[in-house]
Amino acid sequence: MKEEFNIISNLIEENTRVLDVGCGNGDLMKFLQQNKTKDIRGLEISKEKVQNCLSKGLTVIEGNAESDLKQFPKSSFDYVILSQTLQAFLNPELVINELLKVGKKVIITIPNFGYWRVRLQLLFKGTMPVTENLPHEWYNTPNLHMCTIKDFYNFCSSKNIKIFKSIALKKSRISEINKSNLNYKNLDSHLGIFLIES
Amino acid sequence: MNKNIDTKKIIISNPLKLDCGKEISNFPIAYETYGELNREKSNAILVFHALTGDQYVSGKNPITNKDGWWSYVVGENKPIDTNKFFVICANVMGGCMGSYGPSTINESTGKQIGTDFPIITINDMVNAQYELIKYLEIEKLFAVVGGSMGGMQVLQFVANFPDKAKLAIPIACTSSHSAQNIAFNELGRQAIMADSKWENGFYSNYKLNPDKGLAVARMAAHITYLSEKGLQEKFGRKLQDRDSLRYGFEADFQIESYLRYQGSVFVDRFDANSYLYITRAMDYFDLSKQHKGNLSDAFKKTKTKFFVISFTSDWLYPTSENREIVMALNSIGADVGFVEIESDKGHDSFLLDVPSFLKTLGDYINSTYKVINERRI
Repeated sequence: MKEEFNIISNLIEENTRVLDVGCGNGDLMKFLQQNKTKDIRGLEISKEKVQNCLSKGLTVIEGNAESDLKQFPKSSFDYVILSQTLQAFLNPELVINELLKVGKKVIITIPNFGYWRVRLQLLFKGTMPVTENLPHEWYNTPNLHMCTIKDFYNFCSSKNIKIFKSIALKKSRISEINKSNLNYKNLDSHLGIFLIES
Repeated sequence: MNKNIDTKKIIISNPLKLDCGKEISNFPIAYETYGELNREKSNAILVFHALTGDQYVSGKNPITNKDGWWSYVVGENKPIDTNKFFVICANVMGGCMGSYGPSTINESTGKQIGTDFPIITINDMVNAQYELIKYLEIEKLFAVVGGSMGGMQVLQFVANFPDKAKLAIPIACTSSHSAQNIAFNELGRQAIMADSKWENGFYSNYKLNPDKGLAVARMAAHITYLSEKGLQEKFGRKLQDRDSLRYGFEADFQIESYLRYQGSVFVDRFDANSYLYITRAMDYFDLSKQHKGNLSDAFKKTKTKFFVISFTSDWLYPTSENREIVMALNSIGADVGFVEIESDKGHDSFLLDVPSFLKTLGDYINSTYKVINERRI
């Protein structure tokens, strides 16, 4: 978690305007507030988590990214962050488009379904993968649209979405993803972090 | 109800032009305060009361001898902690607890003003209360807070005085009264006016009181403050002090007895004309119309931080209407937080012991106070 927060924080310029979509209990918001910018908002679907955030004095709105991002004007945030939530939406493509509208830049992190540990579970055990990063069973997972780093990379090129930076994370090891090492990073990383712009 | 209550009061000498066109001056605004104003005058919170509230937010209400209407929220070690904050609440204009209203005595005639009182609006109420803030020499409030009609006043206050509050918390309210809201208010008004003791509003001249009409108004309104589930769980079809139906029109059911009781205690503390005037002010409230149909424009000039709260079972001012306020604020990039609190206590949730509401509100106010003070805005 901490590594992911650090990477996200490093992608953000100081004193900019940030929206954290699916902000959970506001841990990332708090982290960024201490390190980067005070001007940060959150959107979260769970009442309980929204209340936790508000209790910490964080500015959070209860709402659903799939229907409630529309209320923000175009380019109203310098950065919009979507941390490990893309796979949980009914329509990830629509959400990505909304994020790109609301934010000048968008940071998306994805739990990588192409990670070798995940692949091995399906290959050898023949069961849906359950890992540290993807702890749910198939019958109770909130994740509807799992993808791999390569899937997301290809998605961006096919939709003409500019990738400014793409970073792979394996445990605490950080490396850059590029066209030539894409297959390897897709196999050897548990998390992909992308800074994109429409 | 004008019982020569010994209330704190200021006389506002500045002329105030009302929305109806009439100008008033030298009129009283009654208020109460709790806690101490700090040296920097940075800890003041103005609380706005709802339709039948008054200035007695916390502690014992000297008129009713009951707890103040927001005792769950305001007081020592409460979510709005009076050990820390200086809390101000004024009786709204049109009210009957010492502020200028239809039961105020006209000094030239020695009689109550009655329905010669001008029609007032939420805007007028807020403008009058701003005079109180000036009188208390508070340059900038830490927060303006209120539920229901109090929330409408919060919105109007920020729209009128965009740089006078750091934080605004409208709770369970709306930016414009809906047809259903107006319909229920009209029902209440008609009940009062249908009472033969109303005497076109001059009942006090005849030493009368339209208490039957006022009680019916209160009973009808009270139903709108509760939820169907809450009512069903609390009362169901339970009978009142009897084992079987009486085959008559007495209060067989507990819910009947409860509503009758609510009506009867209300008439002891509230003036029927005030009920007419204040419900009218609520019906006229339409903040977006005040800004040519664009609610966002009401808040364009403000840097005030907003926190909007609604309740799941509130069908009088439902979440959708509270969300409209949030959307209007978001569309201009204002700083706004929002949560819908789970509760089956209906619209009245904001007045009652709803732990997740009280905790979220208290924590939010306290951590925001800390953050704002650290930043020295």
